[in-house]
Amino acid sequence: MSGPTASAPPTEGGARVETPFRRFVADFRESRVAVGALGVFALIFAAAMLCSLISPQNPYDLRQLDIMDGKLPPGSVSGDGLVFWLGSDSQGRDMVSAILYGLRTSFLVAVTSGVLAAFVGTSVGLFAAYYGGRFDTVLMRMVDIKLAFPAILIALVLLAVLGQGVGKIVFALVIIQYAYYARTVRASALVERRKEYVEAAHCLALPKSRILFRHILPNCLPPLIVVGTIQIANSIALEATLSFLGVGLPITEPSLGLLIANGFEYILSGVYWISFFPGLALLVTIVSINLVGDHLRDVLNPRLQK
Amino acid sequence: MTVFIIRRLMQSALVLIIMSLLVFFGVFAIGDPVEIFVAADADQAERERAIKALGLDRPIWAQYGYFVVNALAGDLGRSFVFNIPSIELILQRMPATLELASCAVMLSVVIGIPLGMFAGYRPESRISKTIMATSIAGFSLPTFWVGLMLILVFAVELGWLPSTGRGQLGEFLGIRSSLFTLDGLAHLALPALNLALFNISLVIRLTRAGMRENMPMDYVKFARAKGLSQKRVVFVHVMKNIMIPVVTVIGLEIGQVIAFAVVTETIFAWPGMGKLIIDSINNLDRPVIVAYLLITVIMFIVINLVVDILYSVLDPRVRLADAGKS
Repeated sequence: MSGPTASAPPTEGGARVETPFRRFVADFRESRVAVGALGVFALIFAAAMLCSLISPQNPYDLRQLDIMDGKLPPGSVSGDGLVFWLGSDSQGRDMVSAILYGLRTSFLVAVTSGVLAAFVGTSVGLFAAYYGGRFDTVLMRMVDIKLAFPAILIALVLLAVLGQGVGKIVFALVIIQYAYYARTVRASALVERRKEYVEAAHCLALPKSRILFRHILPNCLPPLIVVGTIQIANSIALEATLSFLGVGLPITEPSLGLLIANGFEYILSGVYWISFFPGLALLVTIVSINLVGDHLRDVLNPRLQK
Repeated sequence: MTVFIIRRLMQSALVLIIMSLLVFFGVFAIGDPVEIFVAADADQAERERAIKALGLDRPIWAQYGYFVVNALAGDLGRSFVFNIPSIELILQRMPATLELASCAVMLSVVIGIPLGMFAGYRPESRISKTIMATSIAGFSLPTFWVGLMLILVFAVELGWLPSTGRGQLGEFLGIRSSLFTLDGLAHLALPALNLALFNISLVIRLTRAGMRENMPMDYVKFARAKGLSQKRVVFVHVMKNIMIPVVTVIGLEIGQVIAFAVVTETIFAWPGMGKLIIDSINNLDRPVIVAYLLITVIMFIVINLVVDILYSVLDPRVRLADAGKS
């Protein structure tokens, strides 16, 4: 992936040099579906991050809630003139606001755990590939054992022992995800380690840490980015599932899983919107991330490159 | 072959020992074991008796010995809620989960393979494109939300199928199961479909990929040149080749299905192990949690072992690769 494009000759007129990044952007723009999905995701992400500014009410401030507005169907008007476009839940929360706040929590948990897991996993993978031998065997066996058990089972067990909380769910998600990063990075670092530029760096007597993090790591990034995208979508789904089961986030935190679980009580009496809309928001988010990830895999895969 | 199996067995034993150590230290290092195995409302005499019985007055390595011996004897404390031994409780609930999981796997084969074969045989047709789009949704939809929507549509709006419980059990050859009564089957339909959805999508994609890969191959052309009917070429020759990856993946997915049954069982109030563990976590019924942990660990080790051995029987290349690695 390295080398040839960086030194590619300038295009006509010599105004634009084709850098790997520019080529990446151009390749990515080829799929209209992926660009659309990225747009949808950006919109959802921005709305969730700005939820305290744009949402009609703060759904977790009890003073703003009126129990008389509970379980109103979509489109009804509350006591103080607020329109519930997607209805309200049993405590009189506006569903639009509740969904935005819930999404913000989902993103924060997913991104934090993703970054931490990427850091841990990348370090494990890099060291395993670079030092090899028994060190590598032990680390990779640990990863194998972890991957033999389904993610949801590990999360359930950890949370049963640790209890609820944002920090604890982030910890559980890191434990679950690091193995995927470790495997991916190890696989590509093993290939990179044998290349000439690493040998050259060795001859220059550069320190090991510099070779690992400044030379080998940047060349392992493409598959890492793909894994990262897919893992963010997975951890959003997993966090929602755990919260739905009542073992994830505590009731005080805004969360889509908890909203859906609350709505579950009323679904048998036909009050569908409390569960339906948060699920739809979750679905759109996950699908858009997966579509972007799918296309990234094609763009970043050297075998498919023209 | 024997060497391979012996090696795999030893590996599994090692994993089992590591996992039992992890569970032991998880239970004994993080929390006070007396708190975990003795109910909070027990009196002093009862506590003392439990401490003696569990060997908690011994040094830590002896405690681990007690823990293993007790676990092997099937004694990991009594459930606080049901007041029966926790292992017995879990074994009671296991058939319901296995029934649900096996039905889900069966559904994914019965629905997934034909749809996938069609989508691979006619990749350009509109029906195939619809099948593939639906399968992407099947991957991305959170299981628990699909379960709710199934209840909303089929139980609440249409009123066709019941949404909670296992229904009437029938007995056949000494096995009690929902499969043997109409009422039981009606109760099984929605949870099994919910649990199967992810795997249906997976099987569709695998089968389609296999179909597209195999159709242009020489052996297909040769079979056609021999004058065989298209039906025979597709359903005998191509099918055999598609099945290898599909069978492997389904084997690996059985564990996933059992784990994900936790979610489906909670939604449909299915009285299996999964619902039991969630209830136990909520009730702080710790002996059941510990027992569940150990039993699922053993279950997964056995499943992985069986799949690995079967795989090496089906595909000799795996065995060779493993032998060459060390």
